[in-house]
Amino acid sequence: MNLDLGEALQTFFAESRSLLQDMEEGLLRLENTPDDAEAINAVFRAAHTIKGSAGLFGLDDIVAFTHKAENVLDRVRNNELPLTEGLIGLFLACRDHIERLLDITVDGTEMDTDSRRQGETLAAQLSQCMGNDATTLPAETEAPVQSVGGGQMAGDTWHISLRFGQDVLKNGMDPLSFLRYLATLGEICHLTTLADALPVAAEMDSECCYLGFELCLKSEVDKARIEGVFEFVRDDCQLHILPPGSRVADFMQLIETLPENNTRLGEILVACGALTQRELDESLSIQECESARQEAPQPLGEILVDRQMVQPELVDAALSKQKEARNRQAQEAQFIRVHADKLDSLINLVGELVIAGAGVGLQAARNKDGVLMESVSGMARLVEEIRDGAMRLRMVEIGETFNRFRRVVRDVSKELGKDIELVISGAEAELDKTVVEKIGDPLTHLVRNAMDHGIESAQVRLSRGKPAQGTMRLNAFHESGGIVIEVSDDGGGLNRERILAKARDKGLIQEGDNLADGDVWKLIFEPGFSTAEQVSNLSGRGVGMDVVRRNIEALRGTVEIESHEGLGSTFRIRLPLTLAIIDGFLMGVTESHYVVPLDMVLECVELNTCGDGSGDCDYLNLRGEVLPLLRVKQHFNLEGRSSRRQNVVVVTAAGRKAGLVVDELKGEFQAVIKPLGQIFAQVRGISGSTILGSGEVALVLDVPTLLDEAARVGSSGVTV
Amino acid sequence: MELSSKHHDDRLRVHAAGEMTIYHAADLKPALLEILDRSDAIELDLSGVSELDTSGVQLLMLMKREAVAAGKSLALSGHSPAVLEVFELLGLGGWFGDPQVLPASAKGRAAA
Repeated sequence: MNLDLGEALQTFFAESRSLLQDMEEGLLRLENTPDDAEAINAVFRAAHTIKGSAGLFGLDDIVAFTHKAENVLDRVRNNELPLTEGLIGLFLACRDHIERLLDITVDGTEMDTDSRRQGETLAAQLSQCMGNDATTLPAETEAPVQSVGGGQMAGDTWHISLRFGQDVLKNGMDPLSFLRYLATLGEICHLTTLADALPVAAEMDSECCYLGFELCLKSEVDKARIEGVFEFVRDDCQLHILPPGSRVADFMQLIETLPENNTRLGEILVACGALTQRELDESLSIQECESARQEAPQPLGEILVDRQMVQPELVDAALSKQKEARNRQAQEAQFIRVHADKLDSLINLVGELVIAGAGVGLQAARNKDGVLMESVSGMARLVEEIRDGAMRLRMVEIGETFNRFRRVVRDVSKELGKDIELVISGAEAELDKTVVEKIGDPLTHLVRNAMDHGIESAQVRLSRGKPAQGTMRLNAFHESGGIVIEVSDDGGGLNRERILAKARDKGLIQEGDNLADGDVWKLIFEPGFSTAEQVSNLSGRGVGMDVVRRNIEALRGTVEIESHEGLGSTFRIRLPLTLAIIDGFLMGVTESHYVVPLDMVLECVELNTCGDGSGDCDYLNLRGEVLPLLRVKQHFNLEGRSSRRQNVVVVTAAGRKAGLVVDELKGEFQAVIKPLGQIFAQVRGISGSTILGSGEVALVLDVPTLLDEAARVGSSGVTV
Repeated sequence: MELSSKHHDDRLRVHAAGEMTIYHAADLKPALLEILDRSDAIELDLSGVSELDTSGVQLLMLMKREAVAAGKSLALSGHSPAVLEVFELLGLGGWFGDPQVLPASAKGRAAA
């Protein structure tokens, strides 16, 4: 089957991924508390739902594999199988395999031999866990369903009546797939297809569904699971499920509620083996008498209670199901799933609005129209609020990213044979979605690195008087318009001497250079730098740390290290909250405009203290402090005359300061950052562009890079 | 979906090939009904049907019902594996009343 379900399929992928996430969290929780029944259930539910949904889309590979895992999980759930650490590992591997199967389906590629072999290995391991009863397929023997007297059905089959709504096909669902999936829950003993609703040829719409089904299912599952099969068409179909052992009266009730002719339905039920002919005849005649006597029909619920037809557990199941549905609805009310593209285009529009607003403001100021200026400032405030609101829509909590590391820490600590605990704090700190997506890789590098090199082996730790269990910490908090993410370990800390020795080897520093701790630590971000004595599987090849720094800088962030010998190290990453809109400070140099993020501007001073006229000084005496200067005009090789009076904008980033020499200060400005094209990727010191109200383009300066530059230029003149 | 027809004595033999699915249902309905108009005895050869879904089954059922109503004979033949699988699932073999040739591996209960 090859139905292209488009959007529904995308929803399936998105949901499956979040279910896999739940599964992983559940498994990791089980590792600490193996008898947490709720976690086992959560894992089981996740696997089950993935299987169910995959079945609807005909993704047989996923169904087959997940089914095996689910069976073993079921045994664990029923306490038939102890949940050992090995088993959790196996389930984690299975989870990964399901994810791989999903990826393969998303890409539309074929499974490569590696994953196939892995799938087979896992399947084999799973069947081992199932013991002798490895084959879970229902027995092939077809035991006829018989009835003993007294109206109680002895059959162990569920009777299911299905009438699909006309729009099912148009909604991209094929009733056949539901039946096929139902068949995986047990054995369909008998199925009658009803085409009674099929209208005359002329009126029949070939894209509507008119079919109904009466079927008997022989299965051990509960009612909720059978209902779950039809979850996707719940609103689009009439579903009646009668449990095994239902009374004749229940079937009569069913016959009453179904649209088709009673006698015909009765015959079908007899054919299914649900009723015997005698029972049918008796019941039908009783019912006729009753309906003749009773003028107003009793409500269904009353009848059910009166005649005690419904098993109490079914009532419970139905109630809990309803409650679950209510809860789900409440949750749905709290969250709306929105496509990221829609948010992006909203942000873009808000960006344009900000630019247009600035344009109006400029016109008003130019015409000196007081009333207009007042309206503009009112509007500007609103625009600003809309901007902030729109940006908040893109904000996501970093907790989800952090939680991924539970698995990383678990796997790596197993691999390294170290006992390491992960402590997460500040998970509720929010930052822009695009930033979150891009910070995962650098964080992984840092965490792996810290676990591999930072945290010592248990013996060394004990001999140093530390607890045998190492601790990794991930922390996040907001600080002055940005977010700070800390990755810390309580390991041995960075080894100053070894880094220095290595740096001298590589020719990064000269013999006798006297470096501050901070500068020493920075050396590890140099390309090809690794102090690990052994190259391990995980790290130590010297690739990584420079990539980490590059990735972070690409997000306009910085990274700094704090390390204490024997106590551990902390990598502190500072990132801007968003990449799209910033409060900027606008400056003019000759004919060009430049913007720096306002957070980085400390102060502005007039440039006159240093050598009148010559203007060649590379530093400034700022209240007794040496401030390296960077002349923007020279740096970007700008043509044109500078104004006579020049200004210095003192900027700061990551604890360093420098002065940018510009011609004109133009004040605060809301900058909507547009990325620069690929061809400008090599230009140092520019991180983006923005459009001014007048339509002119201003370049956004990349302050950290410029600070490096200024420090280099400055240090050639004086030692800072 | 392609339908090609040939006259054999007084029977019209129609060979159906391709997918009988929702994607083709809108075209298939008039095509099938038109065949009904052309002869009193029709044999629909399903050996070339690669895929069959609910909408396809419905159309076959509609065609059969119309044929019976008009006193014509419609026989399905050469059921392809895709058709057999669906007929078995839905228990439709008896409904159409045509002999089905089951592949050796198929379970025995479909023919009932």
